[in-house]
Amino acid sequence: MVNYMEETNVPTMPLIGEKAPEFEAPTTQGTLKLSDYKGSWLILFSHPADFTPVCTTEFMAFAEIYPELQKRNTELLGLSVDSTSSHIAWVRNVEEKMGVKITFPIIADLNKEVSSLFGMIHPAQSKTETVRAVFVIDPEGILRTILYYPLTTGRNMQEILRIIDALQTTDEHKVATPANWKKGDPVVVPPPKTAEAAEARVKEGYDCKDWYLCFKKL
Amino acid sequence: MIAMPCVSPDGKPTPSGMATLKAVKCGASTPEAISDATGQPLFRVRSGLRELVGAGFLELSDDNYLLTPDGESVL
Repeated sequence: MVNYMEETNVPTMPLIGEKAPEFEAPTTQGTLKLSDYKGSWLILFSHPADFTPVCTTEFMAFAEIYPELQKRNTELLGLSVDSTSSHIAWVRNVEEKMGVKITFPIIADLNKEVSSLFGMIHPAQSKTETVRAVFVIDPEGILRTILYYPLTTGRNMQEILRIIDALQTTDEHKVATPANWKKGDPVVVPPPKTAEAAEARVKEGYDCKDWYLCFKKL
Repeated sequence: MIAMPCVSPDGKPTPSGMATLKAVKCGASTPEAISDATGQPLFRVRSGLRELVGAGFLELSDDNYLLTPDGESVL
C-alpha cells in the first residue's frame, strides 16, 4: 500500500466545477489541444493499455455510442500511456478482428503529461497504467463530472450517455435530475431558498411530495 | 512519429488538409465556416489549421485564415 503521508509528489487533479487544465498532446488524429474542443462537450477518458481485453470491449462500446454522443454535441477523446503507433495498430486490429471502427482520437501519453495533469494514474492500482477515468468537460471547458473505475471493471456506456443528458437538461432548464433519471422522466425542481418560497412552492402546480421535493415534466 | 491529419511527413497537405485549403479558397475563413464546408468536426479543423499555418500553406490575419502563395500553389 502506498503511504501518501510520505509521498513528496502527491498527484493532483482538477475538481468538478474547475476549469479543465489545457494540454497539447499527440493523438491518432494529429496534435490536439483541449481548447480545440471549445463549443463542444467532451468526454476525455483513459484506459490502462492497448491490446487488453476489458479496454477492447470498452472501445467497441464507446464507438457504439459515439453517434449518439455526436447528436448531443459531444466528442470523445481517449488516452493511455501507449504510443501513437500502438494505438493505430490496436484500432486497426479492433476493426479487422471485431469489425468495429474507432473514429475518435486517442492521446498517446507516453510521457504521462496529460494523465498526471488529470490524476489518471493511481499508484496503488498501477504505477505504469492509467485507471479507467472519465472526465466530462462542458463547452466552456469546465469539468462537470468525474468517474473512476478500477482496472478490472469496464465502464457503463448508458450511464455516460445518461450523464450527458442530465447535464444538458440541467443547463437548459435549470433543474436537477433524481436518482436513476433518464431522458423523458420528471425532473426535480430546485428547492426553495426561503420560508416564503417554501410556502408558495406547494401551490405552484408541481408534483410535490413536500415543500423540498417537487417534480415536474419538461 | 506524431500523426498529422492535414500535413504529411513529406510536407505536403493530406486529403483533409487539401479539403481545408479548398474551403479557404472558396471563401471559408473561420474554423466554423471551414467545418461547415468540409464536414470535418471543429476540433479537427482547429488542429489542422495550426498545422497548415505551421507548414506555410495558410496565414492568420485578423482572425481569418488566408491562403499563402505556397497554399495557392498546391491547389
